Amino acid sequence: MATTPLTKSKIAKSKLLQMYRRMALIRRFEEESIKLYRLDKIRGYFHPYIGQEAIAVGSCGAARDDDYIVSTHRGHGHCIAKGADVKLMLAELYGRKTGYCLGRGGSMHIANVAEGNLGANGIVGGGMSLAVGAALGSLLKEDGKVAINFISDGGVSIGIFHEAINLAAIWKLPVVFVIENNFYAVSTPISQSVSIETLARRADAYNIPGTCIDGNDVILVHEEMSKAIDRARSGDGPSIIEMQTYRHTGHHCNDPGKYRDPKVVEAWMGKDPITRLAQHLGAEHGVAEGDLTAIRDEIKQEIKDAIQFAEDSPSPSVDEFLAGIPDYSFEQND
Amino acid sequence: MTREIQYRQALNEAMFEEMRRDPLVFTYGEGIAERGGSFRVTEGLLDEFGPMRVKDTPISESIIAGAAVGAAIVGTRPVAEILFVDFTALSMDQLVNQAAKYRFMVGGRGKVPMVLRTQGGSGKGLAAQHSQSLEAWFCHTPGLKVVMPSTAYDAKGLLKTAIRDDDPVIFIEHKLLYFTGGEVPEEEYTVPFGEADVKRTGSDVTIVAWSLMVHKALEAAEQLAAEGIEAEVVDPRTLVPLDINAICTSVRKTNRLVIVHEACKRGGFGGDIAARVMERAFDDLDAPIERVAGKNTPMPFNTELEQASIPQVQDIVTTCQRVCLGAKGAV
Ligand SMILES: Cc1ncc(C[n+]2csc(CCOP(=O)(O)OP(=O)(O)O)c2C)c(N)n1
Ligand SMILES: [Mg+2]
Repeated sequence: MATTPLTKSKIAKSKLLQMYRRMALIRRFEEESIKLYRLDKIRGYFHPYIGQEAIAVGSCGAARDDDYIVSTHRGHGHCIAKGADVKLMLAELYGRKTGYCLGRGGSMHIANVAEGNLGANGIVGGGMSLAVGAALGSLLKEDGKVAINFISDGGVSIGIFHEAINLAAIWKLPVVFVIENNFYAVSTPISQSVSIETLARRADAYNIPGTCIDGNDVILVHEEMSKAIDRARSGDGPSIIEMQTYRHTGHHCNDPGKYRDPKVVEAWMGKDPITRLAQHLGAEHGVAEGDLTAIRDEIKQEIKDAIQFAEDSPSPSVDEFLAGIPDYSFEQND
Repeated sequence: MTREIQYRQALNEAMFEEMRRDPLVFTYGEGIAERGGSFRVTEGLLDEFGPMRVKDTPISESIIAGAAVGAAIVGTRPVAEILFVDFTALSMDQLVNQAAKYRFMVGGRGKVPMVLRTQGGSGKGLAAQHSQSLEAWFCHTPGLKVVMPSTAYDAKGLLKTAIRDDDPVIFIEHKLLYFTGGEVPEEEYTVPFGEADVKRTGSDVTIVAWSLMVHKALEAAEQLAAEGIEAEVVDPRTLVPLDINAICTSVRKTNRLVIVHEACKRGGFGGDIAARVMERAFDDLDAPIERVAGKNTPMPFNTELEQASIPQVQDIVTTCQRVCLGAKGAV
């Protein structure tokens, strides 16, 4: 199927292949995890990232490894893009002791703090303060780190959106706000939630740069993010980048997404970010389909191993959990 | 060597000492830098530590609380100020869903060493939205520590401990205490969390009170002493963690307990203390535990109505008399 070509760029082929790998890994992780969800191996809320992979991967690819990211309820893609081990991720989705959060967080709170993913968030917009605070901390420490704050189109309507961006703007904090506009908040189309055409226009209110781009073009995402991250790192403050995208699935695993026009869904499927990158690699860099198949085979094995790891991992011990409560309640015996 | 300084000066000294000790400690809030805060707690900090570490914020209670969470996660030690505890209603997602749960949710792989300083209580005619005592909200949320100092000594020592603590601390001062004086050592000291202070010893009834109510309890105790009732006044100083052992030890001696708090009675923290004492020391009680607490009403503006809404010395005296004389006849 013919698709919109990606932006031409100077990004090295090796980097593009690396990004391809991460995007395909997210895709496979989500597809296999959804199957496991259907088998009741995974419980709770599960918001798939399928269709939005270019945003997480292009953004994290433009950042330094030691930069921070703050994620959303749709957070698996960000976690993988930031370098997480899918074994520990899947173990967390299984609620196992070996998971990133010891089985206490699950999908909506998955985090990899050690590698700079400060975490997903069960509160829409809830991560904005964490990103702004992390940027504030970095400024104080003068460690040169930037915080990338992934937020959703639903997030632009919550109060903290204003307070967080305003503070970041007046204090010139090193943070980049990435609005992943997938046009829906559950079943509510964005047109019913805001009175503006592009969400990036919100930037005008804070006198910061605001751009709206094709979020399914990983190269464009990478380029725009590189500029915004450089700007933030050099002390010129935050930017907003709206990235338009679409989820291929419903809102979560139990939502068939019937409220969307099948023709529109179909059209977006034709703009699949991974297919587009594959075509770009072939057309611009002479990458053979066989090379991409080899990458995908590796990924299949990686996910298979992750499933095995999760299956074999023990559950957290209830006794240990109960014995550890005083550490969080600060009191013995209550 | 001690000298007498005001509660607000004690807090100010704690800020200076901790900011000098640790360059990762910083503070921000509404009007705290240039102006030095409504109660002059942060006075002088801007001059010594500069605008990177002492910042005025816009009127944004959510991000004031929330940015502290993020800054704490990445290893700094923010002391954020919310002008009135009433306004923490605007910060609640940040405190309850973010700060309190973070370390737990990430499996202990991150921590939130932040302090949220604020002040509460009535007594200045500030009416329903500037006079509340909301500590029970925070005590009800696992993951937060709750500190309510009653004296200059405790205020200084507890604030220093709060800043060094690795978990989020809600530090609630009282607006009527800022300009009260107290003995404070010249030398450096800290006051540990979870250690109650017996502010007055006595053998007939235990009064547990915190913040401003400690002073009312002490006044009541003097009046009771004139009638031959010796009250022991126990100030838990931190509600989370609560020094329940110290309270029970006192109850085992006096066999009676009266709990005093300014917050309204319904759902107040006094009920929780009463239940815990009954679980541990029921057989030591010679009389039902009583609570002297705020009325279940929004705070009125008018002075007489305001006074009628919160515990007065006479209420404490009467309750202690009932608790003592009801069981024993004359003590
Ligand atoms: C503060 C808050 N309100 C409501 C919800 C329930 N909720 C979870 S996801 C969601 C829709 C989010 O849509 P959007 O922000 O566009 O993100 P997307 O799911 O499209 O990634 C809602 C309403 C929530 N988690 N947090
Ligand atoms: Mg959406």
